[in-house]
Amino acid sequence: MFEKALAGGRRYWLWVGFLLAVSFLGLFDWVREQQIGLGVTALTRDVPWGLYIGQFVFFVGLGASALVVVLPYYLHNWKAFAKITLLGEILGMVSVFMAMLFIFVSMGRPMRLINVLWYPHPNSLIFWDINVLSGYVLLNAIVTTTILWSERQGIAPPRWTRFLVMLSLPWAVSIHTVTAFILCGLVARPYWLTPLMAPRFLASAFTSGAALLALLALLMRRLGVFDVGEEAIQKLRTIATYCLLTHVFFDLNEIFTVFYSRIPEHVAHIDYLFAGLDGNDLYAPWMQLSALFALAALAIFLIPALRNRSSLLPWACAFAFFSMLIEKGLGLMVGGFVPTAFGVTAAYAPNLSEWTVVAGIWAFGALLITVLYKIALAVRAEAES
Amino acid sequence: MKITRKDFLRLSGLSVLAAGAVRTFEAAKAAGQSAIRPLRGSGGAPRKQLAMAIDLRKCRQRPGCDLCMKACRDAHNVPVIADPRHEVKWIWNAPFAEVFPLEQSAYTERNYTGSPLPVLCNHCDEPACVRVCPTGATWKRSEDGIVMMDWHRCIGCKYCMVACPYEARSFNFVDPRPYIEHINSDFPTRSMGVVEKCNFCAERLAAGKQPACVEACPANAIAFGDSSDPNSPVCLALSASFSLRRKPELGTGPNVHSIV
Ligand code: SF4
Ligand code: SF4
Repeated sequence: MFEKALAGGRRYWLWVGFLLAVSFLGLFDWVREQQIGLGVTALTRDVPWGLYIGQFVFFVGLGASALVVVLPYYLHNWKAFAKITLLGEILGMVSVFMAMLFIFVSMGRPMRLINVLWYPHPNSLIFWDINVLSGYVLLNAIVTTTILWSERQGIAPPRWTRFLVMLSLPWAVSIHTVTAFILCGLVARPYWLTPLMAPRFLASAFTSGAALLALLALLMRRLGVFDVGEEAIQKLRTIATYCLLTHVFFDLNEIFTVFYSRIPEHVAHIDYLFAGLDGNDLYAPWMQLSALFALAALAIFLIPALRNRSSLLPWACAFAFFSMLIEKGLGLMVGGFVPTAFGVTAAYAPNLSEWTVVAGIWAFGALLITVLYKIALAVRAEAES
Repeated sequence: MKITRKDFLRLSGLSVLAAGAVRTFEAAKAAGQSAIRPLRGSGGAPRKQLAMAIDLRKCRQRPGCDLCMKACRDAHNVPVIADPRHEVKWIWNAPFAEVFPLEQSAYTERNYTGSPLPVLCNHCDEPACVRVCPTGATWKRSEDGIVMMDWHRCIGCKYCMVACPYEARSFNFVDPRPYIEHINSDFPTRSMGVVEKCNFCAERLAAGKQPACVEACPANAIAFGDSSDPNSPVCLALSASFSLRRKPELGTGPNVHSIV
């Protein structure tokens, strides 16, 4: 099957070459970080987790969001998703793999990672997270390869794949719940100490996942590579709309509790993120932009005059996706650490070294998606003809 | 042998969850009893727990004093890194308003601003850092309650730093060795990429000595000992004066007391 990835035109190879180059750039920069020490990043004693862990959280969410196509297709028999479900599963698998890379690069001693399994400590959520994440990647890898393999042979996939698919649904919820539990059980961090964390994570994850899948589908149609069908795209848009509404509703709940109770420790973090504190307002424009994006996406999704303009759909999806990316991939972390336990407004802004590593992992993820989609679509096309 | 309900739960398949639930329940029960610190365990003999009481009244008479911090650095090869982002700190001075934000008033502001207030790891009764560590590289020693670290096992995930409500932990962002003023060959140096913190001088206690900071203080401001022994120096110091602990409301049970 993998030979399919090697048959491509000039455009394909240019794209693959570009992604490979950026991946290697990221890899080299990470090796340098490990040699000189994480001191070359902008991380500090006060903000020990930053861009990397934020990206980790975001990509676990994207991974869990495969559920938005798998569940309707397998459980409710939505035929409209027949063509896109496999693509959703691949996206989920690759995202979680990227999430694992993000944990890896943020560690001071990544070569000792095996200690987590060698000396298992189930009281630590990281222990659970590493297990559920690798389980999820494995599960999806088995499912997608078996399905493709069967399609190629022109036979129905074996019955046990359906069992694995069903298993992957609660599993998808679990990976993001465990990720939320890493953060929301810490007395030290009032910003995260909320039982709404896991539900909020899931709502934003499903929003970003549905939006990204719709975007990818639109892009593939534009490039003339593949058409998942208009109905699938419209359904993804409906899913993104409801999930985004839920997400905004959850966020407003948090805001109400924090600002009506006015417990200083809880107010301070949100003040810092959205307005700035002690003259440090680095994140205020970003967080405001994230809120604005969410509202703009909702407006396009909901207002009939805008909803019917198909040219606006990619914009709405992009707004929704980037709104979640800013809020979760960056704001979530800084908001948790600033102000610090000493009440100090510490400064942290990811530096070039961190962005390079992040770009490397993004490029590597995009490379995996490109290659795996190419294989999947080629196998399908062959089976159909 | 009689198997009690607790033993049974611990043995059963759900032992992890069950043990967690029992511990939480007992901790809640114990917190209701009034003692110098909440007693852990099932109400038997109080377990030994080392604790410290720092008499800030004595510290205030020696403005600018940092002898305890110096002694600690020399004993433990703590590097002196100028960049505050990468600092490694075991015991250090912090402003009153930052250490006790909820106690700050016009009075404390007038009287305590600028006066030294040493802070360090609290060797908590219910240490959040230990709960989150995925490798057991940090753990609570049962014989005396010291929260220990194994720098060879630590993977540098920094989860413990995220979980500690006192920011008592430091990550080695750079190779610390070039920044050590005098290398003490009796104590290990650390490598880049691991977390470290105060160890209540476990190595000196084992040799029958007092912690380096306690010994170095010319004003005898630091009382140290077993908080379950009413005649220990720390209990005597605490029963004589009013003291504060950092964020006791979080339930971590900090064992460093400041006599204000
Ligand atoms: S003060 Fe922090 S590092 Fe020390 S035992 Fe308590 S939670 Fe752990
Ligand atoms: S940084 Fe080290 S001590 Fe801290 S939680 Fe991770 S493995 Fe444990």
